[in-house]
Amino acid sequence: MNTEEQLYTVSIYTENNIGLLNRISAIFQRRHINIESLNTSPSEIEGVSRFTIVVYMDEVGMKKIIGQIDKQVEVIKAFYHTEEETIYQVSGLFKIKSDLLFEERQIQNIIKESNARIVTVNKDFFVLEKSGKREELKDLYEKLSVFGIMQYTRSGRIAVTKDEMKISKMLQAFNNN
Amino acid sequence: METQTITKSQEIKQITERISGSEAIVRCLIEEGVDIIYGYPGGAIMPVYDELFKFQDKIHHVLTRHEQGATHAAQGYARISGKVGVAIATSGPGATNLITGIADAQIDSTPMVCITGQVASHLLGSDAFQETDIIGISSPITKWNCQVTKAEDIPSVIAKAFYIAKSGRPGPVLIDITKDAQFSHFDFSYEKCTKVRSYNPIPKTDIQTVEEAAKLINQAKKPMIVWGQGVILSKAEKQLKAVVEKAGIPAAWTILGASAIPTSHPLNVGMVGMHGNYAPNILTNQCDVLIAIGMRFDDRVTGSLNTYAKQAKIIHFEIDPAEVDKNVKTDIAVLGDAKASLEMLLPLLKENSHSDWHQKFKDLYAIEYEKVIKHDLYPTKEGLTMGEVLKEINLQSNGNAAIVTDVGQHQMIACRYADFNITKSNITSGGLGTMGFGLPAAIGAKMAAPDREVVSISGDGGYQMTIQELGTIFQQKAAVKIVVLNNDFLGMVRQWQQLFFEKRYASTEMVNPNFVAIAEGYYIKGKKVTKREELAPAVAEMMASKDAYFLEVCVEKEDNVFPMIPSGASVSDIRLE
Repeated sequence: MNTEEQLYTVSIYTENNIGLLNRISAIFQRRHINIESLNTSPSEIEGVSRFTIVVYMDEVGMKKIIGQIDKQVEVIKAFYHTEEETIYQVSGLFKIKSDLLFEERQIQNIIKESNARIVTVNKDFFVLEKSGKREELKDLYEKLSVFGIMQYTRSGRIAVTKDEMKISKMLQAFNNN
Repeated sequence: METQTITKSQEIKQITERISGSEAIVRCLIEEGVDIIYGYPGGAIMPVYDELFKFQDKIHHVLTRHEQGATHAAQGYARISGKVGVAIATSGPGATNLITGIADAQIDSTPMVCITGQVASHLLGSDAFQETDIIGISSPITKWNCQVTKAEDIPSVIAKAFYIAKSGRPGPVLIDITKDAQFSHFDFSYEKCTKVRSYNPIPKTDIQTVEEAAKLINQAKKPMIVWGQGVILSKAEKQLKAVVEKAGIPAAWTILGASAIPTSHPLNVGMVGMHGNYAPNILTNQCDVLIAIGMRFDDRVTGSLNTYAKQAKIIHFEIDPAEVDKNVKTDIAVLGDAKASLEMLLPLLKENSHSDWHQKFKDLYAIEYEKVIKHDLYPTKEGLTMGEVLKEINLQSNGNAAIVTDVGQHQMIACRYADFNITKSNITSGGLGTMGFGLPAAIGAKMAAPDREVVSISGDGGYQMTIQELGTIFQQKAAVKIVVLNNDFLGMVRQWQQLFFEKRYASTEMVNPNFVAIAEGYYIKGKKVTKREELAPAVAEMMASKDAYFLEVCVEKEDNVFPMIPSGASVSDIRLE
């Protein structure tokens, strides 16, 4: 088992329950594990939620944490995956003064080169959206920060796995029981 | 057709009735077979108490003197009966007072359902009078919890609560019910919960793992079993005994596993852990196969993990997958219910006696006897020992008493020396080490098993943490036999101060009250023993009493509990003095 610390993407399929976020975050907090990012959303199955949590830790610890998460009554199934085993994205929003768009020609080049998308423009500001890897966003941030960024935010990671999750099959088996 | 329709609607009428949420709560408890609950009334739970008043012929509500007492009583009830204990309290301080008992039940896997009242739903989050976020507070220490704000959700949530509390690895569940949900009316019907989609209480046992385990056990020259409470919780006592006897494997127990196999059984080699027996601790590091059954390798059992059973192959029979490889890396994990797994294992085992190996346990026991046990049970010095009190209780109860202990030196002595003939006879706070557990837990145990002799053994410290429950004993006429082993110290902490803090006895000396007078204040007959010759007659009088009885035994002030594995040391570094 891998004893080196690395980034893991934790995917948790759950019933939609108000208190569950509290329970899951407490599992990390109790063991002093910093959550790098956390995202919750609906999953591919109606009525089932999906948590995507990114943590930096070793595999032995990761397995134990997955055990504790899986044990929660309202967790259907929890998985962990390495970077190579997932397809993942984050999304960032940049709010920038509109004047700059016309005064600093270079900004237009940066937008084009980075494949960022202008979400909205008004006379005061425009908003850029960029999805991709964390490094790509960091890169764009650095390029734009030279000109001044009014607001910046980055989403938590969302990820799908290369492997099948088999949650539907699990739920089907339950219904047939 | 016409008549059929009428019949059908009549049927529906019979099974659904329009009742209040609070009545529904009580009716749900009755449906779940609950006959005794422990609690304390207050504003936000009053509608439920009003219904309890109406249904008092069906459910006996025990008014404890503090909500913590209610949880420990419910735990005692659950631990001796195997049924779900129920505690009930109001919102705010009522709810927060349950927390210690809930945490205790969580770490010791005790099935318990706690019901708390909550302020009306429109007041939630407004810092209303006696509002507290008990769901948030109790989340990390409950198996499951849920707030109910609509009366119509009450039956399904309570049904789910009981199912979750008792299934798989048991644990505490807290249900928080707003006052408006208690007051509003709805069409009541009850259906027991038998499954929850996201919850798999008993993992499927892979027969291949059982076969591999059997192979390893059959090849073993020096196998050793360590069993825990999982055996008791899954009612696998008979199966464990059969395995132990057929394969001739010396078997030791964790504190919560005590009594699953009688103390007198020749293959019962005693307790493992910090104050456990010498032989099973030492031989943990000499066995070739360690078979753990329904236990979780707590640090008080293993000592330093770096030096724990490194030479042995580890087989772990376990219901909770999160426990596998949590502390000790296993070679074979047999997931599933202990009873079913052991039943699968038994026919695959070869008969064996391992008499040479067993002799090693006997030899080490002889050393422990000479160095420790003899002096504890047959002291030659003037002062009374805790051990001789236990020996007297064993003698006069024929080892048939249920021993309920608090936490500390007396607890270790009780677990080391009590004779257990009957399963579920050691009721103690293991994982959490909750001082104050004993007295209220004994009330619950006595009420659940009125035909059994229930002896509560406490120290002078823990006893005073929940001493108010003497009021409950008095009011309920619960015939608990209360023993306080008084050394005028917080003995276990003092022992550590002596051994590891150069005898700096910081805040461990106790100036104690007249305990007998306090008991008598509650009309409980009491006696104080200070001399050896008084002990046997006093225990005899206590055992003969039909009512509750209080016995204070003044023991040697600075006796220590040995053997001892110092915190963080190896099991093989166990000290005899």
